[in-house]
Amino acid sequence: MTASTASPMTKKGHRRSTTARQNLFGWLFVGPFGIIFLALLVLPIGFALYLSLFQKSLIGGTRFVLFGNYAKAFTDPSFLDGVWFVISFSLVLIPLQMAVSLAIALILDILITRFARFSRLMIFMPYAIPTVIGALMWGFLYSDNFGPLAELFGIFGAQAPDFLSRSLIFWGLLNIVTWQWAGYYMIILYAALQGIDPTLYEAARIDGASQWQIVLRIKIPLLTPALLLILVFALIGTLQFFNEPKILQQLAAGAIPDDFTPNMYAYQQAFSLANQNYGAAISFALGAVVFVCVYIFLFATRKRGSFLS
Amino acid sequence: MTITPTELTGAPAAEPGAVERRKTPRTPGRIPLSIVLGVLMVYFLVPFWWLIVNSSKTASGLFGGDSALWFSDDINYIGNIVDLFTYSGGIYARWLGNSALYAIVGGVGATALAVLAGYGFAKYRFFGRRASFAILLGAVMVPTTALVIPTFVLFAQMGWTNTIWAVIFPTLLNPFGVYLMHVYARDAVPDELLDAARVDGAGEFRTFFQVALPMLRPAIVTVLLLSVVASWNNYFLPLVMLSDNRLFPVTVGIGLWQSTASTYGAAGGQTLWSIIILGSLVSVIPLIIAFLTLQKYWRGGLSIGSLK
Repeated sequence: MTASTASPMTKKGHRRSTTARQNLFGWLFVGPFGIIFLALLVLPIGFALYLSLFQKSLIGGTRFVLFGNYAKAFTDPSFLDGVWFVISFSLVLIPLQMAVSLAIALILDILITRFARFSRLMIFMPYAIPTVIGALMWGFLYSDNFGPLAELFGIFGAQAPDFLSRSLIFWGLLNIVTWQWAGYYMIILYAALQGIDPTLYEAARIDGASQWQIVLRIKIPLLTPALLLILVFALIGTLQFFNEPKILQQLAAGAIPDDFTPNMYAYQQAFSLANQNYGAAISFALGAVVFVCVYIFLFATRKRGSFLS
Repeated sequence: MTITPTELTGAPAAEPGAVERRKTPRTPGRIPLSIVLGVLMVYFLVPFWWLIVNSSKTASGLFGGDSALWFSDDINYIGNIVDLFTYSGGIYARWLGNSALYAIVGGVGATALAVLAGYGFAKYRFFGRRASFAILLGAVMVPTTALVIPTFVLFAQMGWTNTIWAVIFPTLLNPFGVYLMHVYARDAVPDELLDAARVDGAGEFRTFFQVALPMLRPAIVTVLLLSVVASWNNYFLPLVMLSDNRLFPVTVGIGLWQSTASTYGAAGGQTLWSIIILGSLVSVIPLIIAFLTLQKYWRGGLSIGSLK
């Protein structure tokens, strides 16, 4: 509490006490989160940075190598291939996911029937499923033993594609991630569409605009901030890809190595190989890559009404 | 893929009730669009259907070459449920309990912190506010899994790994939740109302609890739901932190069964497969129920963070 409340206040004194009050209560409200933030974000990042500057070897013990681990990571084919994989995966996944969720949201915005309302919920449902279970379900559907693919393709006398094989695993994973997240992104886009002032459509219709023109010229441009938000979150999520490949690894014999994605590689280094210094360096390098990519992206698009502006 | 609970952008607040209000007169192409939607819905539901059908099968039905998308002759839900909850000393029930504990304690804690901090950022002009808010926005972009291994190493130094706190503490950190609460509090709670309460002699905390908090309800439910889902669905964090399988949440537990069953191959792991399938089904039911029953709250909350 401010001490000066009892004293006769001049205008200046009042302002000062208000500032003190604002400071005190502002920090009281923000403080608890601030402590967690320092303890669980700043401290681990600092610690990872510190760890990543050392190297442990069997004979020499732990020694300081400055950026030696980073130099190693950025020339390590396992790490680089993993980074390349997640980047190429994002380049295919994100446009696909956005197209699917946008298409559904637009359909739902036009169709106002009980059926549409019901399907909106059903399409959203995979979001409530743990990624582990989602990957497992699709793993079953892909598998020879339990899946319907062999059966379905058998009807046409064709050989079922094996999405768990080395050559098709990319598409197998792509399908899983799209299935899992498209509904969630659809809901975000749908909420944004619902917020558009309907008189805009009326005006356009009076001017003779067709349904298509309304979609292309009004709806999609007004959805840009929501689309950017989705893009950023999809990017952050995909670059740290771990759960789905980790789960499918068991079902897809040999198609997914331990260094498939950077995160899996960091996990392998830190736990299977007990090389925490290198694991920390990979985590930190991955985090930095993601952070920089996203920041550049947001900076480049800030004029278009990005959500953080 | 782990995405932090994200949410909400979109356009200016649409009331949940407004959803059906805007009836477009006579939609052209209504039937083709419904068909497209129907096909998409089938795609999204197939895995659920597969799970429901196959959790009714016995091990022999599962591997017997019956249709994978239809029930076999004997429906064995009861038998499978008994197996599921008695396997390995009934550990599955324990995993479910752990998941619920981590999700509820972690989710409620994260939400409480986010509400306080979001309100603080929105309603007080304190020293260092701009700088700390900028840092917060930066933190939204830090990938959560990049923190897991460093946090593990840190906790290991202090002997905290393999305890429930090793899973709950990191869950409390939800910068995006703070951002959402900030946006919502800024737009939905008028300063004049808070000032009026102060003039009437209410202290800052009383103003917060009695005036602001009720107005923040849709955002609170949304952030809570998102935090609970993120924590219920989390896999990487508990996988890294826990080694005692009695502390596992259900995701890590099923992952463990799955790798055991895969190691034994189709032959040895047959009985395990039927409980894995039923276990997966059971583990998704709580969240589906939560989403369906809380629909009107989260749908209202989805328009937070609107277009400016």
